[in-house]
Amino acid sequence: MSKMPHVMAISSTGGHWVQLMRLRKAWDGMKVTYVTTDPGSGELLRQQAQEAGEAAPNFATVTEANRWQKIRLIKQLLQITWVLIRYRPDVVVSTGAAPGYFAIRLGGLLGARTIWIDSMANAEELSLSGQKIGKHVDLWLTQWEHLAKPEGPHYLGAVL
Amino acid sequence: MIFLTIGTHEPFERLIRAIDEWCGTTPNPPKVFGQITDEGMAHHRPKNFEAVARMTPKDYNLKFQQSDLIISHAGMGSILTALSRGKPIVVMPRRGHLRETRNDHQFTTAKHLGDRPNIFVAKDETELPALLDRTLETLGQHKQAPVSQDAPPQFTAALREYLMTNTFAPNGIAHGQNGKKSFET
Repeated sequence: MSKMPHVMAISSTGGHWVQLMRLRKAWDGMKVTYVTTDPGSGELLRQQAQEAGEAAPNFATVTEANRWQKIRLIKQLLQITWVLIRYRPDVVVSTGAAPGYFAIRLGGLLGARTIWIDSMANAEELSLSGQKIGKHVDLWLTQWEHLAKPEGPHYLGAVL
Repeated sequence: MIFLTIGTHEPFERLIRAIDEWCGTTPNPPKVFGQITDEGMAHHRPKNFEAVARMTPKDYNLKFQQSDLIISHAGMGSILTALSRGKPIVVMPRRGHLRETRNDHQFTTAKHLGDRPNIFVAKDETELPALLDRTLETLGQHKQAPVSQDAPPQFTAALREYLMTNTFAPNGIAHGQNGKKSFET
């Protein structure tokens, strides 16, 4: 059994984050750094850790941005670069969207293993970022079995 | 109480207007509380129910807990949260051609998840009032056990396996030291 990796779990707020939270059992007991766009999520994580008698996980926020907000995207990209350098995760895992795409591209360059789990909201075609990330990510997953292909994306299950 | 939520990202005026109208024309409408984004508040401030632009995750959880029924766009966040609280949810998908979101992914979400217990789909605002009336009438029958807060254990176990060992078995795909994919034969 290898040493437990340090996992960075990153997504935008809303549905992507809800899906990421449903996967927590996968990195239970590992060192985790959560990154999202809503500071309120950090408060909730700290509260839940306290209730469970566990140490609060690392938590960082980055600017929210969609693909049309270029300046905000650049700011988000710089913040993600900083967060990756500061925390140096062994693995980056994301359910989407822009923050996950950036973190996987940059995290991969910095030597981290990377996992993209395309949102369950994409039942008939992969998200745009999900399509583009395919050739840059180590483990490329869809949550719909009928979208899986031999060359990827692969299917290991869904959050529901 | 009914909790109306349209997600954190974009307004959804078609749904807000439909609910406002429904509250205005239904005799003794139930109390509705809405989370409708900043733009939503600016474009159409509901006359017949209480609404706020945004909520902290903590307040959002609390409102969810206090509600008997959720009305929402067909976003995965709202759907998953409703199911994990055991709350019935009425969804109306945002449409791509109306520019309510970037494409029709919510329409396909509704199509693929609409037959699950506790999820009720109105394709558009014309179907919504009757669906709401029907769902409210039979609310007592929709008591479903909450689904787990966690993804199915097979999925998280497979991810955990990958995190620990850098390989995953189901499709016989292994990842080499350099992170490049290699196929086992």
